[in-house]
Amino acid sequence: MKKTSKLVIALVSFLLGLLWIFPFYLILTNSFKTPKGIFASVLSLPSPATGDNYVNSFKALDFLRSLGNSLIITVVGVILIIVFSAMAAYALQRNHSKISGGILMLFVSAMLIPFQTVMIPLTANFGRVHMLNMWGLIFMYIGFQSSLSIFLYQGTIASIPVSMDESAELEGANRLQTFFKIIFPMLTPITTTVGILNIIALWNDYLLPSLVLPQNQYTIPLQMFFFFGQYTKQWHLALAGLALSILPVIIFYAFAQRYIIKGVTDGAVK
Amino acid sequence: MKNRSLSFWLFVTPTLVALALVVFIPALMGIFYSFTNWDGLTYTTMLGFKNYITVFQDSGFLAALWFTVKFVVVTVILLNVIGLSLALLVTRKFKGNNLLRTVFFMPNLIGGLILGFIWQFIFTQVFDALGFSGWLTNQTTGFWGLVIVTLWQMSGYIMIIYIAYLQNIPTEVIEAAEIDGASPWQRFWNITFPMIAPAFTVSMFLTLSNGFKLYDPNLSLTNGGPYKSTEMLAMNIVNTAYSENDFARAEAKALVFFVIVGAISLLQVYYTRKREVDL
Repeated sequence: MKKTSKLVIALVSFLLGLLWIFPFYLILTNSFKTPKGIFASVLSLPSPATGDNYVNSFKALDFLRSLGNSLIITVVGVILIIVFSAMAAYALQRNHSKISGGILMLFVSAMLIPFQTVMIPLTANFGRVHMLNMWGLIFMYIGFQSSLSIFLYQGTIASIPVSMDESAELEGANRLQTFFKIIFPMLTPITTTVGILNIIALWNDYLLPSLVLPQNQYTIPLQMFFFFGQYTKQWHLALAGLALSILPVIIFYAFAQRYIIKGVTDGAVK
Repeated sequence: MKNRSLSFWLFVTPTLVALALVVFIPALMGIFYSFTNWDGLTYTTMLGFKNYITVFQDSGFLAALWFTVKFVVVTVILLNVIGLSLALLVTRKFKGNNLLRTVFFMPNLIGGLILGFIWQFIFTQVFDALGFSGWLTNQTTGFWGLVIVTLWQMSGYIMIIYIAYLQNIPTEVIEAAEIDGASPWQRFWNITFPMIAPAFTVSMFLTLSNGFKLYDPNLSLTNGGPYKSTEMLAMNIVNTAYSENDFARAEAKALVFFVIVGAISLLQVYYTRKREVDL
């Protein structure tokens, strides 16, 4: 009885897994077909298989440039979010005054404000000072993402005894040295979590960059949106483009899977 | 760290300035502009509550609100049922359970925009070929299309949350119940279910607020069509601003949206606190 129920559970899970994978299978197989091949049979394997779709969509997407833009924005943005949020969380945690409590309240309450509420005045203001570009976007990400990041850092910093700071200061370290040499290295596990959550958020974001970035700074999601508009009904190219745009995420997932699942769990549960 | 010390402000200022310029100042400006005839650059007169009155007379906005509420109710229920079921399956010991976790979670890493395009292909081309033609051409199939994309994207995320809580249940408790002769169903209802109740609160909050704010898959899957019948709240606000260039009214809509989402979030937080005290 026990053995059969175990077998049933494994079988059901396995079938569900296949169902979950199936959309990826459809995109991948059809992306190697000719338009005629897709029309003839969407479910079959490509025959003849062609790589032309990839060559053509790679060019039409200007893939390397949008990949580069996505990388710059995500890497620079996430590093700045990590450094500044950890610093702010440290100062706010070690200071027990009303001002400090008030500032923390500001950060927490900012999480309740939906993006659409600030989007119009925000882009109007940044437009006025000519900051509708990737650097302006990175600055905006610091504003939007610091609340959750500070919140996550706070808990961990609270568990580091103040005596650590004091002994560093006795040895003549100033505040910055104490933070970067003693405290920040001890935060590595939560830094990984904060990093993962922000990488996912920045890499996939569409609406804000679509309002901020000029065309030569388009990220992958933005480029994909315009590519799709141009090539509707040319599914062979659109599918190869989709597969290309998913590829960096799959590679990232393959290498950092354990950290990603831990990071996402921490971000939701804490 | 002292308040007045230079280092306190040195540490806090970068994020505080960003938060002020990116969130609070635009939010306050937005509140002000929603009472004017602001055109995105300047305003000439104060309108009082006129923008807000037109928001509640706007049939497109009310339709989007109703469509969004229906979407949220359906996805909150289904996501929790599917997420919990997947968690219960993959926490059993069998070969490949870890690989399946990876598979169920994978769509969550891909942005909503790309996911919507993937499913546009499936609903139009693949469904057509299989004889289910006409998907995404009316409100009903558009609605279920959006629900399916959301389930595919978010179930693995909700599963991960339930797994975190399931793994905290001490195995001795389950074993003791087994020895006492409790059936699997009794064990689930009387032990597992009460112990993962906090997971339900967390995932309820996430699915609620994500549902209300959904934009990307809405844009890429149906673009609100046909004839705006699948337009959700976030898209209605974006379109009022950037397609109709009616910025003051869009801002009024966005503030109504804020009140709705904020009230739900606060209720949720209050409910969570209360339950944590009860436990």
